[in-house]
Amino acid sequence: MRPRSPLRRRLGPGVLLAAVPAGFLVVFFAYPVATIVLAGLRPDGRWELEAFTEILADPSVAEVLWFTLWQAAASTGLTLVLALPGAYVLARYDFRGRSLVRAAITVPFVLPTVVVASAFLAIVGPRGVIGGAGLHQSIWAVLVAHAFFNYAVVVRTVGGLWAHLDPRMAEAAQVLGAGRARAFREVTLPLLRPAIAASAAIVFLFTFTSFGVVVLLGGPRRATLEVEIVRATRDLLDLRLAAVLALVQLVAVVAIVAVYGWLQAHAPARQRLRAGAEVAVRATSARRRLVLGANLAVMAVLLGAPLAILVERSFRAPGGYGLGSYRALGESAAASTLFVPPVEAIGNSVVFALAATVIALVVGVPAAVALARRRRGGWRAFDVALMLPLGTSAVTVGFGFLIALDAPPLDLRASPMLIPIAHALVAMPFVVRILVPVLTSIDVRLREAAAVLGAGPVRVWREVDLAIVGRALLVACGFAFAISIGEFGATLLIARADTPTLPVAIFRFLGRPGAASFGQAMAMSTILMVVTASAILVIERFRVGDVGQF
Amino acid sequence: MAVILAVGLVAMACGSDEPGSSAGDEAGAGDEAGREVTLVTHDSFAVSDGLFDDFTEDTGIEVRLLASGDAGSALNQAILTKGNPQGDVFFGVDNTFLTRAFDEELFVPYESPALSEVDEQFVLDDEHRVTPIDYGDVCLNYDRSFFADGGEGADLDVPATLEDLARPAYRDLLVVQNPATSSPGLAFLLATVSQFGEQGWRDFWDRLRDNGVAVSDGWEDAYYGQFSGSSSGTGERPLVVSYASSPPAEVAFASEPIDESPTGVIDASCFRQVEFAGVLAGTDRADEAGELIDFMLSSAFQQDMPLNMFVFPVRTDAALPEVFVEHAATPEDPFEIAPQDIGANRDRWIGEWTDTVLR
Repeated sequence: MRPRSPLRRRLGPGVLLAAVPAGFLVVFFAYPVATIVLAGLRPDGRWELEAFTEILADPSVAEVLWFTLWQAAASTGLTLVLALPGAYVLARYDFRGRSLVRAAITVPFVLPTVVVASAFLAIVGPRGVIGGAGLHQSIWAVLVAHAFFNYAVVVRTVGGLWAHLDPRMAEAAQVLGAGRARAFREVTLPLLRPAIAASAAIVFLFTFTSFGVVVLLGGPRRATLEVEIVRATRDLLDLRLAAVLALVQLVAVVAIVAVYGWLQAHAPARQRLRAGAEVAVRATSARRRLVLGANLAVMAVLLGAPLAILVERSFRAPGGYGLGSYRALGESAAASTLFVPPVEAIGNSVVFALAATVIALVVGVPAAVALARRRRGGWRAFDVALMLPLGTSAVTVGFGFLIALDAPPLDLRASPMLIPIAHALVAMPFVVRILVPVLTSIDVRLREAAAVLGAGPVRVWREVDLAIVGRALLVACGFAFAISIGEFGATLLIARADTPTLPVAIFRFLGRPGAASFGQAMAMSTILMVVTASAILVIERFRVGDVGQF
Repeated sequence: MAVILAVGLVAMACGSDEPGSSAGDEAGAGDEAGREVTLVTHDSFAVSDGLFDDFTEDTGIEVRLLASGDAGSALNQAILTKGNPQGDVFFGVDNTFLTRAFDEELFVPYESPALSEVDEQFVLDDEHRVTPIDYGDVCLNYDRSFFADGGEGADLDVPATLEDLARPAYRDLLVVQNPATSSPGLAFLLATVSQFGEQGWRDFWDRLRDNGVAVSDGWEDAYYGQFSGSSSGTGERPLVVSYASSPPAEVAFASEPIDESPTGVIDASCFRQVEFAGVLAGTDRADEAGELIDFMLSSAFQQDMPLNMFVFPVRTDAALPEVFVEHAATPEDPFEIAPQDIGANRDRWIGEWTDTVLR
């Protein structure tokens, strides 16, 4: 076989791989967002660029931008502080019920904010358990709620890599005289840095564009950039203001992601990744038990308490507890065209989530593979572009769909396919960020060895990369699924009346008075939690050949 | 193997993503003429199963439903897409946003023959660009148990007028919604403008702010999050801006049959909202659109609305369901402001309200 020149072999596949995600982003993200921004800045064919000076000169805009930045930074910091120890425990310790806990911590991610706000109110509200602490509509409620939602992001992303780090390197450092803390700081941390930075970037972007949490838990006097954009677009139809703010948000996001990329510029040394099962230890010593117990306690309080409150409420019935709300779900009251049976809503959610996961993989995996192979020059820009959907308002994208995708060949405005596409836009950056750290850690000599032994490039990829990356791939699948199930902001705008998803159906129940309505909303939320946790468990157990064994 | 699975998933997803089997979408019914009409509306729209099937049987026209967002958001989406409308009929514009729709030339006139059965007070547009379909009142709701003997506010009377709300006795008891983001919030603001006039409403809100009024972003958070009369158990404020139809809804959707609604309505606080439907400009199915609007004014539809959307019918001969007759309040003299005045001043009023209450 004639050996191909190294340059040709490297240039071809990379660009080809990037074509799929790039195409997807251009058609379903850049084009709709550009359309709606232009609608604001060029309303009648004339540019109205003085809008920039007018709006940016307003001091309240600077205030909003500053608040958005620092609350995102604070939320990210809090989440990292709480979740990194949790990531360690779930990645490195082997204990009974570990996979259950891993699935359970992803549940907060999918709950609609309006439901979570209700649970938080039951804790910190005026009539809440710690109502006297004055945390109602405070910044702390916002920060803790952000940590609640994003705990799983850090745990799964960092844990995904931590589970495969060879412990012998840290052990070697300790043998050579470094204390445990120093070994962690100088050996483990640098190896984990890509995953920590990736999860921090994602959490930062999510909290930067936070809407529901700020509005419901922060009170009416707090607003992030996203809140202002949503109000300008959805409520006031002030497209000019919305366009300027959306561009400000975009610039800020590009800057954030660029900083993140610069921090990542020094890729860690390739290392031997070990199978998860080999690395995990049982929590036998007292110290390990303490660490495990403390983290489980944090999870129970931060994550478990609000969820438990929702579950408890779903079982409330006149005269104590009962299954009344669940039974009522079975018979949809008033049998109207909009209140579809919850079973149907669950089915819709699952089908959309599966479709969104597939799209996110089809788009995200090639992007991750292309990015793992090279990080310089134009690829850095590609990396930044991939993250942009996470930092853009769902309402901007949703409204953009309305006016951009309204004519053949892209007349998708009323198509149900738009929902998985919108979900995949948010899920795809996750897939990339979860896979890239693992892919870059694969020792390139393994690939070369396989090639020397006669495997073609595709087979090398399948039997070396895929086998090692399989676990992370499943984590990414689980995430994409969870994101799709819980996506609410954009879905509320583009969902068709007859195919609501579960969060939309919950929101509809909360849109009318009555104890039965509230109880059924709580019951559906509990079902949503169970469906998500089960789906993640199933995905994690998925075994196809060697994928996932690692 | 993974590839096969992925293909299978996509196939399944595509197959299941075909239009669902709900009422409006059944292929085959009345398909001979192939006529269909698309109703664009907000997501509070609800109609009993099978009602649109009757319409299809009578006229041969299939109804497609496109509902997204709340009333304000749906209207804005319709305006945004007016060059290429998403459907043929829009339902959900109310008197507070009527002029915005007219300014944007969203509708083409259609005069329904069924208008002869409609109370004249609801026909707010002489050119018939929009047709009234239902009305409701945005009123203060109060928690009965709070003001009853044994409740926390047993020594207080239920506030009788808007002015009472500013009295120190009612400190920290009221929750309202932000008029910039919430339709009932806007209606309540308009009620205060109507009551106190251009010169006095800001001062009233100043006093409300000093009296500890809480502001919420939307109805759900105000009602379930902060109102003590709802079943969520988290609220502690006994006065909330909601609808005159909320007490009958509490009875209709109670966990067990109850005789009286746990909440009541303060008649002197009500603002009248009328909801309209119109034929979207740019549609090529104007005839079908007209027939759908006629259907929405028919007795069958008008009598179906109360228990689904919790609004009142505009048709004079429409019968109300029992739960409404027994538990709904019908204020004699709700506040009203002409749509043109609302249109001319609404943005300014909202801006001044924000400055007075939130800054």
